[in-house]
Amino acid sequence: MPEPSTPEPVISMRGATATLGARPVLRGVDLTVHRGEVVALLGANGSGKSTAVRSVIGQVPLTGGTVELFGTPLRRFRHWARVGYVPQRTTAAGGVPATIREVVASGRLSRTKLRLPGRADRAAVDRAIELVGLSDRAKDSVNALSGGQHQRVLIARALAAEPEVLIMDEPMAGVDLASQEILASTLREQVAGGATVLLVLHELGALEPLIDRAIVLRDGCVMHDGPPPEAVGQHALPGHDHVHPHAASEPVRTGLLT
Amino acid sequence: MLEFLNPPFMQRALLAAVLVGITAPAIGIYLVQRRQALMGDGIGHVAMTGVGLGFLLSTNPVWMATLVAVAGSVVMELIRWYGRTRGDIALAMLFYGGMAGGVMLINLSDTGSNANLTSFLFGSLSTVSEEDVTAILVLAAFVVLVTVGLRRQLFAVSQDEEFARVTGLPVRALNLLVAVTAAVTVTVAMRVVGLLLVSALMVVPVAAAQQISKSFKVTFVLAVVIGTAVTLAGTVTSYYQDVPPGATIVLLAIAAFIVLTALATPLARRRARDRGSEADRCTLEVPAARPAPDDVSV
Ligand SMILES: Nc1ncnc2c1ncn2[C@@H]1O[C@H](COP(=O)(O)OP(=O)(O)O)[C@@H](O)[C@H]1O
Ligand SMILES: [Mg+2]
Repeated sequence: MPEPSTPEPVISMRGATATLGARPVLRGVDLTVHRGEVVALLGANGSGKSTAVRSVIGQVPLTGGTVELFGTPLRRFRHWARVGYVPQRTTAAGGVPATIREVVASGRLSRTKLRLPGRADRAAVDRAIELVGLSDRAKDSVNALSGGQHQRVLIARALAAEPEVLIMDEPMAGVDLASQEILASTLREQVAGGATVLLVLHELGALEPLIDRAIVLRDGCVMHDGPPPEAVGQHALPGHDHVHPHAASEPVRTGLLT
Repeated sequence: MLEFLNPPFMQRALLAAVLVGITAPAIGIYLVQRRQALMGDGIGHVAMTGVGLGFLLSTNPVWMATLVAVAGSVVMELIRWYGRTRGDIALAMLFYGGMAGGVMLINLSDTGSNANLTSFLFGSLSTVSEEDVTAILVLAAFVVLVTVGLRRQLFAVSQDEEFARVTGLPVRALNLLVAVTAAVTVTVAMRVVGLLLVSALMVVPVAAAQQISKSFKVTFVLAVVIGTAVTLAGTVTSYYQDVPPGATIVLLAIAAFIVLTALATPLARRRARDRGSEADRCTLEVPAARPAPDDVSV
């Protein structure tokens, strides 16, 4: 794990509690990500991973606890260009066609805000599209893309702002192998360039070598915070879930095998 | 030839028609993108109360309708924020209350008559006054300024609201601006197409344009072109045939939609074939046996 170059962590969540509907979804989550770290957030479906990530960026109100980004309390945080967010992919696209470039360009708004984009902004958008290997399709409609390609568009959109921290919710879910490789190499480049990453994963898979630390959630509580669980890489693959004999006795794995 | 340009009322009606043709699809595209295609219809209902107030207080109904429609759109936006569960019921109250209130007020006023009511509900050419034209010009300028000047921001907010919030954009203010702009557009369009058909002109040209376009930009431009073409054609037809302009315009827009949809199918097929000729053919090195992901597209 690289030594943090500044004292304050990039993401610091303390004792976070949150309810959705009437249901407690986070029940006191501590989550810290230091500069240059790549942290995986693991856990079964419904364990609260998306909720945790969405409360880090202020999209789910906490009922208790605190969140700081770059040492600033979330409420006062304004430098959104430093944060690149990749939401859990939904099938719902906008009701009007949009090209890859148009969608990726909207990621640059955290820098341009209400002013017109300049040459540097356009170049950053082109670079982001290039990074995910979609330059030749930049003028195609996002509605005509496969799941994996769509995911790459969402990552390019986050990268367009040239953020310091990437927060990604299940970037590998439903992604074909070719796209998985492109995503992994994109991420590798970002990490090599000093980016900080928090990513929600269902399984470590192809990204395992990049991960510095893993946090495992279960029912809204942190079950594990430390080196990525070894066995997970091989056994949490789809198809292995239901045949694993030790699942019940090993909490860390159990959390992943749903 | 061009005899329809001679009467002053037709000059005013045509000017109003062009402005409607531009503004209605220009704001409508964001409503369609947010899947709120019927919002314009709701605002149209609410604006009716404004028209009624205008008659009752003997002021210009366009300005009164603008005021009430803007207030109604703000309330609709607030309901969207806070009233998750009972939201649709609250909206229904607002829409039908607005419509009923308008009909009632017009009947109470001295100047209002059923003929007046009909002209506001379905549009009318001969009733566009000098004063209306001024109001429509000012309001249309506002709509164009917002929908073109803030297109990047409004696109982002309408495409993915949560992501837009994480870019730090003032999402609530922008949503409110869309609602208010839609309300203003309703009153711009009210004179020519009428309050009951306003929403069609916000939605149908956009739906028609997106049949053959791949980008937001092209959809926007094409929708405005279609909108302007059908409002002009409808206005002229209405002059010669003595049919209501609103209905004519909307039917023409739907015809445009049908024609473009019919054109789109062979177009999409040809595109798929052009792309497929390289990507589809099997080569020995291809490791995966499943089809290329591009083919799954709808
Ligand atoms: N909008 C919501 N209203 C009520 N419950 C929700 C809502 N969103 C998620 N939940 C519940 O919160 C729990 C955690 O969800 P989530 O954070 O999405 O889990 P994960 O991302 O780990 O799969 C789940 O049990 C889910 O059913
Ligand atoms: Mg999730």
